[in-house]
Amino acid sequence: MLRILATAVVAGAVLVVASLAAAAPAAATGEAAAGQALYLARCGGCHSLDANRIGPAHRGVVGRRVASVPGYAYSPALKRLGGVWTPARLDQWLQGPQAVAPGARMFLTVGDPAVRRDIIAYLAANPATP
Amino acid sequence: MIENTDAKGTSRRSLLQSAGLVSAAVGLVAAVPAGAAPVRRHTGGATASDVAVMQGALALEHEGIAAYKIAGGSGLLSPEVLAVALVFLGHHEGHRDALAKLIARSGGKPVEPKSNDEYIKSLNIAALKNQADVIRFAAGLEQGATNAYVGQVAALQDKATAHLFGQLGADEAVHWALLNNAAGGTVPKAAFLFS
Ligand code: HEC
Repeated sequence: MLRILATAVVAGAVLVVASLAAAAPAAATGEAAAGQALYLARCGGCHSLDANRIGPAHRGVVGRRVASVPGYAYSPALKRLGGVWTPARLDQWLQGPQAVAPGARMFLTVGDPAVRRDIIAYLAANPATP
Repeated sequence: MIENTDAKGTSRRSLLQSAGLVSAAVGLVAAVPAGAAPVRRHTGGATASDVAVMQGALALEHEGIAAYKIAGGSGLLSPEVLAVALVFLGHHEGHRDALAKLIARSGGKPVEPKSNDEYIKSLNIAALKNQADVIRFAAGLEQGATNAYVGQVAALQDKATAHLFGQLGADEAVHWALLNNAAGGTVPKAAFLFS
């Protein structure tokens, strides 16, 4: 079954990859480019750049006020946190969201510092659209 | 599943050799009854924090179910691919039911799904134009789900809940592997495909 599926799809997949690449956001640095794949794999179950899903939309998060995306129902814990997301603060958040804001509704941690750096570089490379 | 195969007298090795790894894997998936009850569930309550983790997982399963239903009804899939998609849909429904039950048993109120319109918008489903698009999209969701499960196990306090997350992540990993293969993707060389 899957073999049929595979042959039917390979040609199309190449096209999709090509068009995804064309639509790729300004990835200024190599870190951000690596970060895109890591972001999709590690964060993409719950987050997107442009839509509120299980977690809030991420475009423009670097420099944005914590818990400020319209239409997303944040936890009281994250609403209380205050301040702005800086790369350093995001790095702490990804090491332990519950340590940063006990009672927040994100639990995923990213243990590898290089992975955190690339993901944060990707987020920084996708600022808010005017 | 493997026990079933063996009980019929087919050795695992000859099965893999004769039918090929990929079709064997499909056979394994197809052998899982859609609403298969998860193994042993504990009767005690998970902690409030574990319930919060499970609520996020349930929201993720709701999203996956909607994605499979909408993509499955799109007319973009061939009958063969649709059959596989429906098997995966059944797994996600089984996951949803197990999570909702455990959340309720632990004193929580299971989160409800959003509307299909909301999912269509937030997942940008209208951008999917053909079967290859759908397969790549589904592979992405399954990869994200697998990492979400694996990446949250360490936050869980209750062992039975952690075991459930292991089961959920493993199911999603099988889905990802088959979809990724169908999309012509390769398997990463380095160990630890998910974190
Ligand atoms: C299992 C689902 C899940 C995964 C996976 C996940 N998150 Fe989250 N994330 C959430 C939820 C839910 C919230 C909202 C938390 C709250 O309201 O307390 C959130 C909130 C956030 C916030 C705060 C945003 C704001 O508007 O203040 C950031 C930043 C964030 N996540 C980054 C990430 C990154 C980066 C990744 C990948 C490494 C990731 N998340 C993976 C569920 C997830």
